[in-house]
Amino acid sequence: MKTLVKTGVSGAAAALLASPAMAQEAVGLDQKINQAFADLTGPFVSFIFAPLPGTSFPWIVMWLVIAASVFTLYFAFVQMRFFSHAISLVKGDYSDPNDAGEVSHFQALATALSGTVGLGNIAGVAVAVGIGGPGATFWMILAGLLGMASKFTECTLGVKYRNEYEDGTVSGGPMYYMSKGFNELGLPGGKILAVLFSIFCILGALGGGNMFQANQAHQQIAGIVGDYPGWITGVVFAVVVFMVIVGGLKSIARVTEKVVPFMGVMYVLTALVIIVMNADMIGWAFGQIFAGAFTGLGVAGGMVGALIQGFKRAAFSNEAGVGSAAIAHSAVRTKEPITEGFVSLLEPFIDTVVICTMTALVIIITQQLIIDPETGNYMLNEAGTAIATVDGNSGVSLTSAAFGSAFSWFPYILAIAVILFAFSTMISWSYYGLKAWTYLFGEGHTKELVFKVIFCIFVVIGAAANLGPVIDFSDAAIFAMAVVNVFALYFLMKVVRQELASYSERLKSGEIRKFGH
Amino acid sequence: MTTKIVIGLDGTETGERAIGFAKDLAERIGTCELLVAYVIEWSPYTFQTPEENAQRHKRREEEIVLANERVVTPAVDALKAAGFNVTGIVRHGDVAETLNAITVENGGSQIVVGRASADGIKKRLFGSSTQNLVMHADVPVTVVK
Repeated sequence: MKTLVKTGVSGAAAALLASPAMAQEAVGLDQKINQAFADLTGPFVSFIFAPLPGTSFPWIVMWLVIAASVFTLYFAFVQMRFFSHAISLVKGDYSDPNDAGEVSHFQALATALSGTVGLGNIAGVAVAVGIGGPGATFWMILAGLLGMASKFTECTLGVKYRNEYEDGTVSGGPMYYMSKGFNELGLPGGKILAVLFSIFCILGALGGGNMFQANQAHQQIAGIVGDYPGWITGVVFAVVVFMVIVGGLKSIARVTEKVVPFMGVMYVLTALVIIVMNADMIGWAFGQIFAGAFTGLGVAGGMVGALIQGFKRAAFSNEAGVGSAAIAHSAVRTKEPITEGFVSLLEPFIDTVVICTMTALVIIITQQLIIDPETGNYMLNEAGTAIATVDGNSGVSLTSAAFGSAFSWFPYILAIAVILFAFSTMISWSYYGLKAWTYLFGEGHTKELVFKVIFCIFVVIGAAANLGPVIDFSDAAIFAMAVVNVFALYFLMKVVRQELASYSERLKSGEIRKFGH
Repeated sequence: MTTKIVIGLDGTETGERAIGFAKDLAERIGTCELLVAYVIEWSPYTFQTPEENAQRHKRREEEIVLANERVVTPAVDALKAAGFNVTGIVRHGDVAETLNAITVENGGSQIVVGRASADGIKKRLFGSSTQNLVMHADVPVTVVK
């Protein structure tokens, strides 16, 4: 996910925004609106991101990490036992040729991934490593590995309890497993959870999945062509988004959906090339990651600081436990809902364990972080809040500088990638938001159109204004989704366990087998 | 044992000639079954939006109905009227691979197709489905011009 983490990317964004012209614009009405909005939503934001007593560790991150650990143990390390099976499923080894033409496992995975891979992987990791040091990478990978179990749980349920309509279309996601699943188990309150989840999902879609994306895309464009009013970017984006989600203009969506994975692959390949170019440093880099994970190597907050940053980044980046992926995956028509769960567990792996780690390694290996030659520890910046970097970079610009130190042209590619990632995330979240909207208000052309138009209006607002409080709020809304979702998952996980037991047995007995191709 | 001939159609007039050739062949062989196959070009490895995914099943059904209505059923009816033992099948997938798979599954002994009408750069880069079929099929393939 690419939502702004308050401590992180927003710092970089704020620095970029602090031009005199923008400052003047912000005065007046905008400021009043911001202030009113902040006052209104402040308590909610503070609550969601509140640190655990006596620490700076947000409880919501702990909530997600504990959930991931519980699911990992409850399903006896499903992410390891079924990892290769998941890959076979994606390759289509178990797909019945008579079902050809339906959404494939590969397509569902690619769609869900394009909603999560993005700014979090590029900017967020830089923030984590910049504050928590190389050791943050270790904790980030660990949290990513655990998060695979959360994804597995929510996506299995998403497919199992989705709605199929007479015309053959489907709607699924946490709101459906909350209401239908709780009903099936005879538990009360499923409907209430579903409504709560839907409200947070709509807010999250309009905020983190939309305004923040538009805002960051504008920052990137302005960074290349020079500063200009954000509403121009906003209108252009809104028109394109409108054409895709309202006009049904498939070509733009298709181009994006093709270019985004290409960008992702290119990003990883470039990172690999840089790592190979510095092959002699690989051992050292991993040494830094392990040493930093347990000692902190002098970063602010020491080992705990590294751990907090790593956990935070993983949780914010791969959305495991948030429930969004359950909406994306529920479109697959499969006889075995659990196969979609297996496939989805690859997501945190690709997003966090592979892509985020690449970003971290490149930053470490290109030595963007300054080490004190005397102590071997990292030097802090003047404020003492983060590690000093070569050019004083942080966030996106740190990643950009790291890649740019090897290939001077890469920052331009990166800027384009960020813009495209932002766009594809908007398209994904417009769908998540729409599903939550139709859950609350019912399906129907007009009702859906109302949401889509609102969504487009928010693109303009997001790009035009520096809405710090709004972004804080939308981040909080996305994680509020996780509060409701994980709560429901604890009650429903036994359903998944039954599915897992039955499926494993049939896989062993040979009842479920590969189709010859 | 009867011989089974698979006729691969692509919805163009070359298909008519393939049918004509297969009819001729079947008459010469005597006891012969015909299987009219139409493959809807589709890959499981494309990238789609969530919305497209949600509507995929509906679209697939529509595509199958359309393929049957426009291509397969008219061909099957015409062949039946001419006194042949004939069935039809529509499936999604890679044209060459799927046509071969259909043939193998149904015990077909040969495939008759019309010459493909792909043109330009795409054909130069990837070859036509007909070329792929001829190269990779497990049974003899007749390509009708």
